[in-house]
Amino acid sequence: MNPIRAVARNTFREAIRDRILFSLLFFAVAMAGAAILFTQMSFAIDAEALINFGLAALTLFGVIIAVFLGNQLVAKEMERRTLYTLLAHPVRRWQFVLGKYAGLLLTLLVNCGLMALAFLLALSYVLHGTHPGESIIAVAFLFIFLQLALVTALALVFSCFSSPVLAAVFSLALFLVGNFTGDLRAMGRVTTHLPAKLLALGCSYLLPNFSDLNVVTAASHFQPVRADWVLFNIGYVVFYAAALLLAACALLAARDLK
Amino acid sequence: MTAIECTALSKDFPVGFWRPRPRRALDKLSLQVEAGEIFGFLGHNGAGKTTTLKLLLRLVYPTSGSARILNLPIGDPRLAAQIGYLPETPYFYDYLTCRELLSYYAELSGVPAATRPAAVLSALRRLGMEPHADLSLRKCSKGMLQRVGLAQAIVHQPRVIFLDEPMSGLDPLGRREVRDLMLQLKAEGATIFFSTHILSDAEQICDRVAILHRGRLRGMGRLDELLAEPRPEFEVIWAPLPGRAQPDAWAQSAQLLSQNGQRRSVVAATELWNWLDALRTQGGSLLSVTPLRRSLEEVYFQEAGTTPTPGDVA
Repeated sequence: MNPIRAVARNTFREAIRDRILFSLLFFAVAMAGAAILFTQMSFAIDAEALINFGLAALTLFGVIIAVFLGNQLVAKEMERRTLYTLLAHPVRRWQFVLGKYAGLLLTLLVNCGLMALAFLLALSYVLHGTHPGESIIAVAFLFIFLQLALVTALALVFSCFSSPVLAAVFSLALFLVGNFTGDLRAMGRVTTHLPAKLLALGCSYLLPNFSDLNVVTAASHFQPVRADWVLFNIGYVVFYAAALLLAACALLAARDLK
Repeated sequence: MTAIECTALSKDFPVGFWRPRPRRALDKLSLQVEAGEIFGFLGHNGAGKTTTLKLLLRLVYPTSGSARILNLPIGDPRLAAQIGYLPETPYFYDYLTCRELLSYYAELSGVPAATRPAAVLSALRRLGMEPHADLSLRKCSKGMLQRVGLAQAIVHQPRVIFLDEPMSGLDPLGRREVRDLMLQLKAEGATIFFSTHILSDAEQICDRVAILHRGRLRGMGRLDELLAEPRPEFEVIWAPLPGRAQPDAWAQSAQLLSQNGQRRSVVAATELWNWLDALRTQGGSLLSVTPLRRSLEEVYFQEAGTTPTPGDVA
């Protein structure tokens, strides 16, 4: 597993030296500004507004980082031919793919972890302490990270066979469409037109389901979620991401590095 | 012992978007490189040299044929740790320093953490890059990057080293240093397979060369054998006697070598005795007669079946 660890560490180092963590500064300023702004409103909605805004911003920042770093994971290495030298060493192509994925997940974990900390500080300022239903916030953080893990895997697959720009477009498109899989499924259930029903239901099960991973509304109302539902979604993301990684490994393994 | 063996190795690349057709980049290449040799792989740009190296390193897959390195099929996981590779015009992670880059590649090659710093320093020292060990790669010149590229190819002490145009981007001093390094590596037992279109470099250090032209092997052999093949011509160095007139034809065909009138003529073997008789009777002093040896450049163009044009080879 050494090559995977080495590639992951180098991917993390690249992200840090590319000043990705500067995004934290923007996020921290946005959180501080939002906290001050929302405390000017009534107590009833200031926490709800901050949670909605904070979690949406965290998701947005995370997805941007995941897509724009993820789409370059393989494509950039091929474009700059750094992959040639790397693969001439005892690194299998699948090890490279997994190392890249692990490195970007670590980057996202550190980045989002620090953003979550900034968000919690702003929230405690608005709430003047803590709230008994705050555990849902932790679930929201976990689900945002799961979404990012899925987006990164998507970007990695596209990065294996298309240019960085196209990989970013495809990944973002699937992220957006994936946020409507719940609606697509509901539409498939109510429609009586068989081809439309099959298409809607088929797409809703095949496309990555980001809508179930969005618990921002529940979090803003401090509504608890069921533990089995959390576990199901963790399992779903693990399996879906594993399938995508398998596809990325197969695509890269079959490719001539001209 | 055979270090590298290719058997009818071929590679087609698809050309065209809608209806891709195969274009043969390498055609049934068969060759053997013995362990401890410096093997020069010569050819024009686009002859198939880089494709061959990429096939041997499994960066591209063969259309047909096979290859073995150190008696293992290419693609065997045990092989990669015993191979070093310098790509043509190498690119590296420019956010790293020279030391960090070499440490990364050494780690990937399985150099233990305890000995890694010493191995990195030793490789940098061999390439004269020790003073720049902590310089960021984005601040390195082209020549420095080439040296770092060579350092990463040898940091894990591989048994077989593939170098794609290793002298490219280096000044004359750098080229000599790289040649010396290759000879040192050979003395340490490494096998070196390097592609080049700079024939003078190959002539100075290669034990054997292969000539590739449009994807086909056109010639291969020991350098001393290829160059020893006699050329049916002689070089005659002579000087006219003072005060004696020389025939015009002689003066035109001869090349003036020095201020004191020494001249050089190239004479066909069949004409040599007549030419020397004429020199003696018409007044001239003979300084030397030397059979001409073929240069690698002549061998190259003869095997490649082409005539030299400017920029073909250096």
